[in-house]
Amino acid sequence: MSTNTITTQKVNFKVFRFNADEDYLPYYEDYSMDVTSEEVVLDILNRIKWDHDGSFSYRRSCRHGICGACAIKVNGRSTLACKESMTTMVEYFGNDLTIEPLSTKRAVKDMIIDKGDFWEKHAAVTPYLVADIDESPSCENLVSPQDAEELDEADLCIQCGACHYACPVVEINSDFFGPAAFAAAYRFEADVRDNDGQRLIDVNEEKQGVWDCVKCFECTEVCPKDINPFEKITKLHQMAFKKGVAKNNVATRHAVGFLHSIKKHGVLDEGGLVLYSEGPSIVKHIPVALQMFRKGKIVMPWNIQKSDNLDEIQKLIKSSSTVKF
Amino acid sequence: MKKLKYALFTGCTAKQSTPEQMMSTMAVAKKLNIELIELTEASCCGASHLQDYDDFLSLVLNARNIAYAEKHALTMVTICNTCQLNTAMTKHRLDRNPELKARVNEKLAEVGLEYKGTSNVIHFLYAIIDDFGLDKIKEMVVKPLSEFNIAPFYGCHNIRPSELHDESHQQKENPYNPNSLDDLIIACGGMNVDYEEKNKCCGFHVELQAPHTAAVLTGTAIAGATDQNADMMVTPCPLCHLKLDTQTKGASEAIGREVSLPVLHMQQMVGLALGCSPAELGLKHHVTDVNFV
Ligand code: SF4
Ligand code: SF4
Ligand code: SF4
Ligand code: SF4
Ligand code: FES
Repeated sequence: MSTNTITTQKVNFKVFRFNADEDYLPYYEDYSMDVTSEEVVLDILNRIKWDHDGSFSYRRSCRHGICGACAIKVNGRSTLACKESMTTMVEYFGNDLTIEPLSTKRAVKDMIIDKGDFWEKHAAVTPYLVADIDESPSCENLVSPQDAEELDEADLCIQCGACHYACPVVEINSDFFGPAAFAAAYRFEADVRDNDGQRLIDVNEEKQGVWDCVKCFECTEVCPKDINPFEKITKLHQMAFKKGVAKNNVATRHAVGFLHSIKKHGVLDEGGLVLYSEGPSIVKHIPVALQMFRKGKIVMPWNIQKSDNLDEIQKLIKSSSTVKF
Repeated sequence: MKKLKYALFTGCTAKQSTPEQMMSTMAVAKKLNIELIELTEASCCGASHLQDYDDFLSLVLNARNIAYAEKHALTMVTICNTCQLNTAMTKHRLDRNPELKARVNEKLAEVGLEYKGTSNVIHFLYAIIDDFGLDKIKEMVVKPLSEFNIAPFYGCHNIRPSELHDESHQQKENPYNPNSLDDLIIACGGMNVDYEEKNKCCGFHVELQAPHTAAVLTGTAIAGATDQNADMMVTPCPLCHLKLDTQTKGASEAIGREVSLPVLHMQQMVGLALGCSPAELGLKHHVTDVNFV
């Protein structure tokens, strides 16, 4: 085992303060501290409370990355305070750090936020097993290791909300379920014991937007449990096609449209994809398309340079396709 | 220095809606004496959408593209963030999962190909920075962009997931404070602009199904750069470019503020600094006029 020497460095903190009962506007308090390489972000929160201001408020319980209470933002990045080492934070952001709640607009008191929207969306995906349970079974109800693997660690989610409040779409579209709720939906959809049937249909409603994820990977980057919610969203898409609940709409046609294009040209036919996805609604794209045309940005279908060895691609599509729409 | 040589995966956009990106890639490669062998056999990577429909097929097609780079025994260079993501992600998954790799190779064998895992996949931005070298670029600059404040727009898929990035590129990129594009701007003599949206998403991938979300993200990014006095933006991704360059009307409407900035492809910026002509760099193919040259 290597012996790590503990190092100390000065870090300047700008800390978000707000009491919804008393303050009209939030303000920031400055603290400078010597921080050791052994400390985690939660140690700093504790020191602010213990050494500087007893009224400073934040949530924490387990101190072991289990309860999910302590997620906050450091320089805008969602962070599980009891898990994230200060060394990493300084590596990421330097010695001037801004400490804020997960969502400043939802702040109640200092680091404490109203997580109501998070829980509402979580509850809406039926986040529990729906199954006919034999209440007096004669033997254990075993799940094979292969079947358990299907969950892909989605069951490790601690509902900390780090991903939810890092997701840009959550802030723009208040109906969007968000990465954590979708990961929870996946967790139960992927469970062989579950026979809900409705959950997958629900998340495929246009409003909740399982298809509106912008694929930015912000959620994946911040999840303290390495759950990769983005990947779970992808799997929900795949499930929707496999189980035949994918609706025929612009989002699903957009995904399938790639296949049609590749089959025909090897490469993408950009205009053809938009036409296939939108159908008659394509008219709304005409103004931009005209501008692009004038700038030489539109290639006519007959001028598309097909991939060489297109027959190989077509053969592979025939032999490797696993889904039908 | 030994001449740099790569297998070029152009992606589809460079051949259709962003011809200027193809032109400027070739112009810059010529200036830097980098040889690019175009993989004309390659198919579309699926743009992170095909996998939503058929994951296995997407893997097979991307593995086929990489197999052609391997045939040349060359590193594959991409010029699109999303091509980079899909191709490097395929490599990541196949290299880590022998069983999956075998299943994919079983299919590839039908067309006489094999995915071995011998070619690395990197974005051209990092080929320029890591392999060619910023210092050398600096020395070659003949028309420094010293009058301009340039806002880098990184685009998600070059920097996130950071795990994938760190695996395929020599230089680590801090996903919260990326610096490669900033460094390149400085090497070209420009002033790099720091703004909040530089590592955020432009919304391209939901343009059709969630136009409002996409437009707000695009608008906010251009507004962020404008508010920090940017004269122009620069991006390594043609998809980000399409959003920022061609969709300003919808973006302005969505955020309730008129926004518009010239947007350069990373290659065009380097090309300008190295003395390429606007024609060589295809500047006339932009919807938002590039009005400073
Ligand atoms: S990848 Fe999708 S769910 Fe995750 S943060 Fe981005 S938009 Fe939200
Ligand atoms: S998915 Fe990860 S980041 Fe999101 S709530 Fe669960 S544990 Fe937290
Ligand atoms: S990401 Fe876009 S440009 Fe790249 S190959 Fe896929 S469709 Fe073509
Ligand atoms: S920034 Fe835009 S184009 Fe780039 S990866 Fe994100 S959504 Fe895609
Ligand atoms: S205190 Fe429980 S997860 Fe941090």
